[in-house]
Amino acid sequence: MSTPVLEINNLRKSFGDEVVLQNISLSVPVHTATVFIGASGSGKSTLLRCINLLDGIDDGVIKLDGEDITDPTVKSDQVRRKLGMVFQAFNLFPHMTVRQNITLAPIQVHGLSKDEANARADELLVRFGLKEKADQYPDRLSGGQQQRVAIIRSIALRPRLLLLDEITSALDPVLVNEVLSTVRDLKNDGMTMVLETHEMGFAKQVADEVCYLEGGQIVERGSAAQIIEEPQDQRTRDFLKRVHEAGRL
Amino acid sequence: MSSKEQGAASDDGGRASAFSKTWEPSELEISRRKVRKKQNQRKTLIAIFSTVVVLGTLVTLLVTSPGWRSLTDTFFAWAYGVEVLPKIILGFSTNVLLTIIASTCVAIFGMTIALTRTSRSPALLPFRILATAYVDIFRGIPMLLVILLVGFGIPALRINGLTNNVLILGTAAVVITYSAYVAEVLRSGILTVHPSQRAAARSLGLSHFQTLRFVVLPQALRRVTPPLLNDLVSLIKDTGLVSILGVTDAIRAAQIASSRSFNYTPYVMAAIIFLLITIPLTRFTDRTIRRSIEKQNAQGLA
Repeated sequence: MSTPVLEINNLRKSFGDEVVLQNISLSVPVHTATVFIGASGSGKSTLLRCINLLDGIDDGVIKLDGEDITDPTVKSDQVRRKLGMVFQAFNLFPHMTVRQNITLAPIQVHGLSKDEANARADELLVRFGLKEKADQYPDRLSGGQQQRVAIIRSIALRPRLLLLDEITSALDPVLVNEVLSTVRDLKNDGMTMVLETHEMGFAKQVADEVCYLEGGQIVERGSAAQIIEEPQDQRTRDFLKRVHEAGRL
Repeated sequence: MSSKEQGAASDDGGRASAFSKTWEPSELEISRRKVRKKQNQRKTLIAIFSTVVVLGTLVTLLVTSPGWRSLTDTFFAWAYGVEVLPKIILGFSTNVLLTIIASTCVAIFGMTIALTRTSRSPALLPFRILATAYVDIFRGIPMLLVILLVGFGIPALRINGLTNNVLILGTAAVVITYSAYVAEVLRSGILTVHPSQRAAARSLGLSHFQTLRFVVLPQALRRVTPPLLNDLVSLIKDTGLVSILGVTDAIRAAQIASSRSFNYTPYVMAAIIFLLITIPLTRFTDRTIRRSIEKQNAQGLA
């Protein structure tokens, strides 16, 4: 059994007096997807920000490929080069074209030549059906297209692990599918990922493990079928019932 | 939305023109157009009438005032004005030179201060304090006082190697003051770039400096271009203040010419020369502001 790509032991995180995450332990083997579900404010986004070292943690250990990235001497820029992150609000750079958005990090961080980076970007754009948008600015794209560009931007770095932070929450229902199918393709390619979503149907399709998060703790975990179809914990059942009532199941 | 856009784009050639050929305005629309045309004619008439009345009254008041004759003699003696014009233009070249040198220095110095103030590095704390104090002080002192203090204070120190050249000292005073203004404009621009942009850049592995250079500053500078152009217009005018140190700029040249003849026309000539530069620049600034607002609104809609 090889080392998991991501391993978290007893993570704790608070903002001032408010504890947002505690007793979080997790192991994400290579080529698998771990999906977090839970209400807004359950600490899901904070968890991803901690993995990405955008937020510091109070206690615990986060290991990436067996390397402890919470060690204060670890260079956060080096760690982030191995991680891809996609945000709820896309966060594309508005002053750059789609292609420039995608090639910025490969050129500046990985030292690729402009031609190499462009070739890699174009290959990805063709693959995900956005070729004709390459020279457009993000504000000319629909929300779904913007989010797909953001996904391409993060995988252009060929990350070890992809973090997806409620990537469809800012999209209208019609556009959700095109983004989710992109993620499904990546999963089939063998990308390792940690994601948060409110789309339970999607979670069932891609998740190797589903964790239900409430009050900063993992209440229940298991296979997608187990958690979403037959939740054991009353809190998970209540949450899924509310999701069901909202028509998102 | 995407499919709609694509549809509109691809249909542009064929269907859109076919539509325009078949469409005839309805009776209702034709009658509405007639009413609108009438309304517009009325509005134009009112505008012309009010302009003529207001401007006519002002001009009449001015021309019929008891001192108008003597005023035109002392301020609008065009023959004398043309005679001294070369000297004033020569003086104005000093203003232009000063503006070019000062704006370059201000850009560098102002950016340094803005970056220092927005940095979070602990090593830069003392510089952050100094930069804040600098901005507080020099934004709060009238520029005329800074020019006097620098222009007369530094020579009075009698330090060897320090210049007594009033032109250099005057430029230094202008740079000191304007750097404080511009630093604040730049800083506000940097702060308006949303933190999520920084987070996106950092999560791609870009360093703090790379994030600043490729993501934050390009967006910040775009947003503050209009206020920076405003500051440039002010800077051009304020270079005239160094005349108080005895620098022979346009204002000083006009002063010399008018004290020789007790005629104020040279001042008017100097004013016209300044306007020839500042009005186009102001119009350009207005256009830039309008465009940036339009662009922001378009983004808001998208």
